Amino acid sequence: MTTRLVLDTVALAGETPDVQQPWADLGLKDDEYSQIRAILGRRPSSSELAMYSVMWSEHCSYKSSKVHLRRFGESLTDAMRQRLLVGIGENAGVVDVGDGLAVTFKIESHNHPSYVEPYQGAATGVGGIVRDILAMGARPVALLDSLRVGPLDAVDTRRVLPGVVAGVGGYGNCLGLPNVGGEVVFDPSYAGNPLVNALCVGVLRHDEVHLAKASGAGNRVLLYGAATGGDGIGGVSVLASETFEAAHRPAKRPSVQVGDPFMEKLLIECTLELFNGQLITGIQDLGGAGLSCATSELASSGGSGMRIQLDLVPLRDTSLTPEEILMSESQERMMAIVEPQQVQPFLAVCDRWGVEATDIGEVTDSGRLVIDWQGQRIVDVPPGSVAHDGPVYERPLCRPAAHDALASDSAERLSRPGGGAELRATVLALAASPNLCDRSWVTDQYDRYVQGNTVLAQPEDAGVIRIDEGSGRGVAVSTDCNARFVQLDPYAGAQLALAEAYRNVAVSGARPIAVTDCLNFGSPEDPGVMWQFAEAVRGLADGCRELEIPVTGGNVSFYNQTGDTAILPTPVVGVLGVIDDVRRRTPIGFTGPGCAVYLLGETRDELSGSEWAVVVHDHLGGHPPAVDLAAERALADVMVAAAAERLLSSAHDLSEGGLAQALVESCLRRGVGVGIALPGLDPLVALFSESTSRALVSLPTTQEVRLAELCSEHGVPSTRLGETVGIGGAAEIDVAALFNLPLDELRAAWSTTLPSALDNA
Amino acid sequence: MRVGVVTFPGSLDDVDARRAVRLAGADAVPLWHGTDELAGVDAVVLPGGFSYGDYLRCGAIARFSPVMGAVTSAARRGMPVLGICNGFQILCESNLLPGALVRNDSRRFVCRDQGLRIENTATAWTSAYTLREEVTLVLKNGEGGYVANAATLQRLEDEGRVVARYLGDNPNGSMREIAGICNERGNVVGLMPHPEHAVNDLCGPGTDGSRFFTSVLSAVVAA
Repeated sequence: MTTRLVLDTVALAGETPDVQQPWADLGLKDDEYSQIRAILGRRPSSSELAMYSVMWSEHCSYKSSKVHLRRFGESLTDAMRQRLLVGIGENAGVVDVGDGLAVTFKIESHNHPSYVEPYQGAATGVGGIVRDILAMGARPVALLDSLRVGPLDAVDTRRVLPGVVAGVGGYGNCLGLPNVGGEVVFDPSYAGNPLVNALCVGVLRHDEVHLAKASGAGNRVLLYGAATGGDGIGGVSVLASETFEAAHRPAKRPSVQVGDPFMEKLLIECTLELFNGQLITGIQDLGGAGLSCATSELASSGGSGMRIQLDLVPLRDTSLTPEEILMSESQERMMAIVEPQQVQPFLAVCDRWGVEATDIGEVTDSGRLVIDWQGQRIVDVPPGSVAHDGPVYERPLCRPAAHDALASDSAERLSRPGGGAELRATVLALAASPNLCDRSWVTDQYDRYVQGNTVLAQPEDAGVIRIDEGSGRGVAVSTDCNARFVQLDPYAGAQLALAEAYRNVAVSGARPIAVTDCLNFGSPEDPGVMWQFAEAVRGLADGCRELEIPVTGGNVSFYNQTGDTAILPTPVVGVLGVIDDVRRRTPIGFTGPGCAVYLLGETRDELSGSEWAVVVHDHLGGHPPAVDLAAERALADVMVAAAAERLLSSAHDLSEGGLAQALVESCLRRGVGVGIALPGLDPLVALFSESTSRALVSLPTTQEVRLAELCSEHGVPSTRLGETVGIGGAAEIDVAALFNLPLDELRAAWSTTLPSALDNA
Repeated sequence: MRVGVVTFPGSLDDVDARRAVRLAGADAVPLWHGTDELAGVDAVVLPGGFSYGDYLRCGAIARFSPVMGAVTSAARRGMPVLGICNGFQILCESNLLPGALVRNDSRRFVCRDQGLRIENTATAWTSAYTLREEVTLVLKNGEGGYVANAATLQRLEDEGRVVARYLGDNPNGSMREIAGICNERGNVVGLMPHPEHAVNDLCGPGTDGSRFFTSVLSAVVAA
């Protein structure tokens, strides 16, 4: 955007229909520009053009994904609606968790900014999702972060990962939000395109739900929080809708937003006090597309009109043009709709928290969004045409020709280690591999204790947060995705991501009730990518229907690719569960010697896409493990019942690395050893197969009979593997007739991988 | 018994500190940074967080808040004051305690369960511990490295004013592994780790932190 001396008003736009406008530089296609002219019956003013371009970008309009995302709504059943208080389409979904309490949660991406500027990109990603949760009327209570970067030994990973982790920590720690889980995954496909997905959980009472709607003509529009600056201008349309190669044109220089978590902390406390005083009738956070998005969405959702006096917006940089003010993505801002008689009390609360608030306009019944600048009209549009009725594309999709070859190249045919010594070395190698090793280099940079309600946090299977100190009610959350499985079969792979997150929540003792997803894919203009996307959404929607838990919201991130090479398709799934009493949660670690150790579920020869295939053979091909959601439900029923009856000392989900890695993690958590005999399978399969619907549990021997009853009641196979033995220096993993592995040796291998690669990086 | 917990803009562990005070059996009284009224409290906790966004320097702005004027005079008269993490930084900035806290030597924020040795049980906040007792609290800070000049360190050691020291690897580069110190009188204690996060078995590493809060109750009763 260049600064002009002449203001392009609505009147001028009407008088000068033939002025050439830079619609293409703003990311609009020619038919989209024609559509805008048809809607307005004239050419758009430059401010209107800015608004349409940013709101019709892929990031804001979901124009390529919308036709597929409808599946989530269409597959809802009455059972799935039962707990759903607010569904897809609002800032975040809200589910009932009992006792009049509700929980809102959502996961969102901030991928491209985090590659350009890892610290600020990740930090503002956290800030954005926290404001979404806050805007629902909820107090934010926990964060999770799901990170994917290039290979650990790549030079750029040592720039990106430490920056991203410091950014997630720097922002989240300063907000006083415990970070209780997430993932860190290394894969070459993310080298030029890291994924930074952040999930926030908030708690509110049913009657506290707030919506992003402007209604009631005469109500005031208040902008509060940070002043508007020049950061992030065009961030949405540029960063989220084109690849970096295309971004060198001068008008499209990417600019990452800069966060101020202290301001956001004040904004949280101030907003909660405003809700508490019932001073807000509608609210929207300012995120992607800033004022363009907030004004048009509020007016469109409320079925109303709005008049804004743009020159009242407090600025950090007075040289900003109206177009830039409309597009700015300056952080830590909110917009509230307030009844006229509440404006003074509203301003008083803001003043108490030192938060600047400005009355910039009013709700009207005109059905038009009009914006004035220094007495002249610069925007006059139907708000729905900006916010909700953007273009929708049925992109061509096509199963890539190479997919058959990939699917037929099965890992089950790879050479397998023979004796105990080789298996022992393989267990060690996997435990020390970047994707399975100790995560504490990352997670120790996050405050997991603040607020004093964290019952379980990483490296546990799910983060568990107490939400009611009186009753002990709590929620459990896990995010998961094995993108290699999605690459091998997007439909099944998305279901496997769902199944894993569901299982992680259930083994912690909570009943899964809702889903959020962050769908990270390559370019939607590539039919092969679009096929992956469509298949993944179909798989996820079908899977949710079978598990009877609704998708309540989420985010799509396209154009995650370097040149023509897309990332592994990565639909990250977050599952939320509820537990009546957090004292009954089940942790992953063996608690002491003398407990019986069982494997629940069935193990098959399923090694394609496994960690073993990748770490040992650098191989990816074949079919991912079979999906059996009925078995997942049965396992979850056993785990939830067992937790409620306090049968179990520990429970750990089996996923990447199979039984071997589950044993490693359950032993190392508290330094308790185990002696087991493998069931009569090929030992390689028994240790490293990644068959689904399985868990490793330990329990006092007095409870074995009851566990057997529960398993038989729900049809879950159970196999007694052995017992926990030994603590301290003598503890080891002893696999009868094959090998033994002292925990000290194992811990040394497992815990040094990340520090040795990243310290002093 | 009334224990005040100050909320500055950017305080984060104020809710946790109030919970710890209540669990110890006292009334937790919220104190607002913008007032110099201490509401008749018997003791004050300055909680962790990022008061005023840590702008300028941790604790540097909080020192000038109205409430700190009142806390500083009360502390000089003998009122028990515990500064935790950011609260410790504020006490140093307020010259109620000597030395300063600087960025961790690792240059990274660290959050972990941390072993400590209690080395002074004569303070208002540690009388319920036994001398040289080893406890586990939560440590979480970005700027927790305790530094002071040689003369100050020597004086702290000579006068037995090191209240707690880190066990094992030094987590943040603190001189002489110092995790907490007190003033000459023993009523003002600054501690980098967080006792308020270790007051129940469910949501922290055990209950080793509780006695900071029960200690002060006896101190106030005895006073």
